[in-house]
Amino acid sequence: MPNSGDVRVPIGPQHPSLKEPESFLLTLRGEKITAASVKIGYNHRGIEKACESRTYVQDLYLIERVCGICSHSHSTAFVQAIEEIAGLEIPARAKYLRTIVGELERVHSHLLWLGVAGHEIGFDTLLMYTWRDREVVMDILTQLTGNRVNYGMNTIGGVRRDIKPEQIPEIMKGIDILEERTKYYIKIASEEPTLINRLSKVGMLSYDDAIRMGAVGPTARASGVQRDVRKDDPYAAYADIDFKVITHNTCDVYGRTIVRVLELMESFKMIRQLLNKLPDGPIAVRAPRKIPAGEAVSRYEAPRGEDLHYVRANGTDKPDRVKVRAPTLANVQAVALMLEDRYLADMPIVVAAIDPCFSCTDRLVSVEDIGQNSRNTYNWEKIHSDSIEWYKKRGIDFTKLNKTF
Amino acid sequence: MSPEEIIKYDLETKFDFLKSNIVIKRVRRIFVDVPLEHFHDVLDYMIKKMHCAMLSGITGLDEVENLAVIYHLSPEGKVMVNLKVKISRDNPRIKSIMPYFPIAEMYERELEDLLGIHVEGLPEGGRYPLPDGWPKGDHPLRKDWKGILPEMKLEGQDA
Repeated sequence: MPNSGDVRVPIGPQHPSLKEPESFLLTLRGEKITAASVKIGYNHRGIEKACESRTYVQDLYLIERVCGICSHSHSTAFVQAIEEIAGLEIPARAKYLRTIVGELERVHSHLLWLGVAGHEIGFDTLLMYTWRDREVVMDILTQLTGNRVNYGMNTIGGVRRDIKPEQIPEIMKGIDILEERTKYYIKIASEEPTLINRLSKVGMLSYDDAIRMGAVGPTARASGVQRDVRKDDPYAAYADIDFKVITHNTCDVYGRTIVRVLELMESFKMIRQLLNKLPDGPIAVRAPRKIPAGEAVSRYEAPRGEDLHYVRANGTDKPDRVKVRAPTLANVQAVALMLEDRYLADMPIVVAAIDPCFSCTDRLVSVEDIGQNSRNTYNWEKIHSDSIEWYKKRGIDFTKLNKTF
Repeated sequence: MSPEEIIKYDLETKFDFLKSNIVIKRVRRIFVDVPLEHFHDVLDYMIKKMHCAMLSGITGLDEVENLAVIYHLSPEGKVMVNLKVKISRDNPRIKSIMPYFPIAEMYERELEDLLGIHVEGLPEGGRYPLPDGWPKGDHPLRKDWKGILPEMKLEGQDA
């Protein structure tokens, strides 16, 4: 029952403490959060619908842009589903190359997260350090694929770029540097009292709640749930390599930090194995333009957890249905639970600890004006003059103020 | 028997009507066509007897002659069982599975918004993922969706 002393505070969709649009309605009693609700959907861009009117190859590039961090996760999950429907067996080398880029992506994503987490608790030195180190893996990715985030590595039937033998020692050197730095972060995470005290017992999610709320990825694993698609439902080259699923039992933000830094070490181990065992051979097989009718569900362990893609083909060169369930949609519903009965000041780090990615989650409405059968392109001047008109109708005239522009 | 065959055998023995409705597509992937009226019995059995603790997602489909919903479930997280339910286009109604999986809330709101499938038992609350004020009865993932038409207005928006 709401108490007369309760204050309801809306946070978002636009708020300085949020990195992406999402909206929280918190009920506060003093400094304590007594109830929390989450609203998302502000990043909905109509990607699933857009996929239905584009060819598979166009969709591959569109799907890669679902997320700016885990782009390779989405494109791999999507392409795996198409290959399954078309019955394509991709070359072993292509599987290894996909896995290498996937693990490098996890390294850059986890380092990025560690920086954001440091920033949210006022430990900005950690942000500066990790983001500086992250440049090492970004450089490796640029060398391999030509891009920092949207790698364009996957194609239907394999990958688009090969690794040259002379690149391998350079990648290994980069991995050595990153491993050295990660050891330092593990030391900070296990010894630095300010970090431990700030993160312990914050954003609690018990084992049972993690299962009940369907949490995925590091969020679930930090609550002791052994859930990792790479082990449970191996894809690409994960069945061939040796790695551990990292879990932790503190069920709090501290546990999520430990899981991620230890996962970095596992990723380095995996990248080394993959590079050492890299099979020879072609990197792609020829794929048909039209995909036979069928359906497939593809799962991928993205840095934030299980990414699920469902693709249904109808025999043409365009899919009948593409469904994306990004890991954040599975995790965000547990956030309300983590916030309840905690202090308001914990909110930024608790939200950040699931490593939310709302671009991923809200995939689907383009700013396209179909009126008069012409596409209305909005340029800066048009948006600017429209906004002035909008305010004018409401009795505020900015025209004079903006004359200097 | 492989884990997939065990699940298939288990479901076929328990539910007569599932015979010839279960397809093992590949290792760790099972697709099951479930009649709408028996869906909750099958789901209940899978959760209580087969320890199916994980719902990975719900996909809504427009198959033109009818709508359909696929529930992606995995017992122990390994084999994925995809339960598909066909729903009539004229009166698309299903019951919420939130009593089993609270996480289904967002997935089911998506079905309501994008495909216009009425989910009974969903709690009051904001919509997802379309914006508040999106025209009623307009569902973008329907195959007969016409796009954003000039006469379409978000509620609360001026001309």
